[in-house]
Amino acid sequence: MTAAVEFQNVSRHFGQVRAVDGVNLTIAPGEFFAMLGPSGSGKTTCLRLIAGFEQPTGGHIEIFGETAEGVPPYRRNVNTVFQDYALFPHLNILDNVAYGLMVKGVDKATRYREAEAALELVKLPGYGARRPGQLSGGQRQRVALARALVNKPRVLLLDEPLGALDLKLREQMQEELKSLQRALGITFVFVTHDQGEALSMADRVAVFNNGNIVQEGTPEEIYKQPKVRFVADFVGSSNVLAPDVMKRLGGEARWASLRPEAIRLKPTGEGVPAKVLQASFLGASNRLLVEAGGAKLHVMLPADQAVPAIGSDIALGWGLADAHYMDDAA
Amino acid sequence: MRSDRGHRAPLVLKIAAGAGLLFLHLPILLIFVYAFTTEEKSYQWPPPGFTTQWFAVTWNRPDVWQALGLSVQVATIATAIALLLGTLCAAAVSQTKFFGREAISLLVILPIALPGIITGIALRSAFSLFDIPFSVWTIILGHATFCVVVVYNNAVARFRRTSGSLIEASMDLGADGFQTFRHVVLPNIGTALLAGGMLAFALSFDEVIVTTFTGGQQSTLPIWMLEELIRPRQRPVTNVVAMVVVLVTFLPILAAYYLTRDGDQVAGSGK
Repeated sequence: MTAAVEFQNVSRHFGQVRAVDGVNLTIAPGEFFAMLGPSGSGKTTCLRLIAGFEQPTGGHIEIFGETAEGVPPYRRNVNTVFQDYALFPHLNILDNVAYGLMVKGVDKATRYREAEAALELVKLPGYGARRPGQLSGGQRQRVALARALVNKPRVLLLDEPLGALDLKLREQMQEELKSLQRALGITFVFVTHDQGEALSMADRVAVFNNGNIVQEGTPEEIYKQPKVRFVADFVGSSNVLAPDVMKRLGGEARWASLRPEAIRLKPTGEGVPAKVLQASFLGASNRLLVEAGGAKLHVMLPADQAVPAIGSDIALGWGLADAHYMDDAA
Repeated sequence: MRSDRGHRAPLVLKIAAGAGLLFLHLPILLIFVYAFTTEEKSYQWPPPGFTTQWFAVTWNRPDVWQALGLSVQVATIATAIALLLGTLCAAAVSQTKFFGREAISLLVILPIALPGIITGIALRSAFSLFDIPFSVWTIILGHATFCVVVVYNNAVARFRRTSGSLIEASMDLGADGFQTFRHVVLPNIGTALLAGGMLAFALSFDEVIVTTFTGGQQSTLPIWMLEELIRPRQRPVTNVVAMVVVLVTFLPILAAYYLTRDGDQVAGSGK
């Protein structure tokens, strides 16, 4: 099967700055693919390379089997939802959504009918006569989505699509985007610096750092088996432990990731001794901050388990397989 | 310091403000009054009588029409050149980053900061150096130097307020460069260009100094008026022409002011 997007050793250098440096990447058709990384890691440049706003300085890009180098953005069957939405302020919502069809020469009746249908798809029917300035951030986001989808792209690119929305709206849009992607079957490629967003929405995640992909895999793989320390650090929530700490805790002298929910309380005297520093109530669970082996660790306890008093001495244990060893390199 | 809302200004201040405004605008009013006087050799106050005959006399003077024609021609072509170059330059400076960008921005604005006489002398010596004969085109070139600035300033301000991702969004949706310019760029900078163009036209229309240095035998309308003042006959004709010039330059400037003011609502970014 032809890949939706394929990067072969792709680089994009801006003078001395290596924004993207030798990236290899394969995105399957119909996949919901996330590019995750801190700002400046090259993920947005990769998105712009797919859209055609940037040309690679090295390597080869294919979109559905066709060479992408030298093809301008307006000749690619790829559409983008911009971070700032980039709605045209001088056009009303219907004309905004119909813009792509208008420049392709689709007649007025057809393009307005399809634009209306696209607005319905994003749950904004009847908003056509309004101006972008009259809509809320969440509504503008939906218009931007409709404006891209009305062109029936083979790949939809989303640049930090939820970054400007408040938490509740963001969670709602996450679910809507996911069900929309499943219903339409279009390949979605989205860029985010929010690991929670990437893990919860994507089928596959590529973690970027310093212009390259440090790990690529399903959200579960990224979360449970980080290959390098950078991934464990960036994906967050896990305890990242230095070699000397691991040794004191009775493991190998290598960097390791230990998930908070894999750590259990043990009867005193049996496991690793620790001291409780803090306890926070999270609803479905309690999170402890403890000190063990000279390092601070998070421990997740099920809500039905008694929370030890702050300052008390406890003992911790975990399965051998739960300590996930990884490379130090970023 | 700002006084409180509803607080009334003292009478003295009102009189002072009124006197200031009178000082500024009474002379203009006098020009209008003298356009109707019956005395043709000197400006006598009060005018001995009023007549509208000078409008007919002006209408029938071929030299007036010639000068007016030349001024309109110069202003139109200079404005057209300024619109083209000013917009291109503004687009380059505001949309891209390149070495020497700030220097170019400064050099473009410089002609309006320089006294007209410097620009005039510089152009005149440059034209003679290259053996370019003085003609309508040298006048147009001279005017274009400061007309470009006005268009550039208006366009660059609007470009900066227009989100750069709009152009990318248009290309992304399938519009090529020309379609993007027509459907996205032009509607967003249109009013700024109209305003800049009107200001440029008005500036060119009443320009004297640069014209004196760059013109040959031709006289534009302001130059013609200057020459006319020395002649003793049919003086009110000059006043009639002056009235027309005031109207012709004042209306576009007023329109430009309203257009750029409304532009605030038109040219918001995509956010």
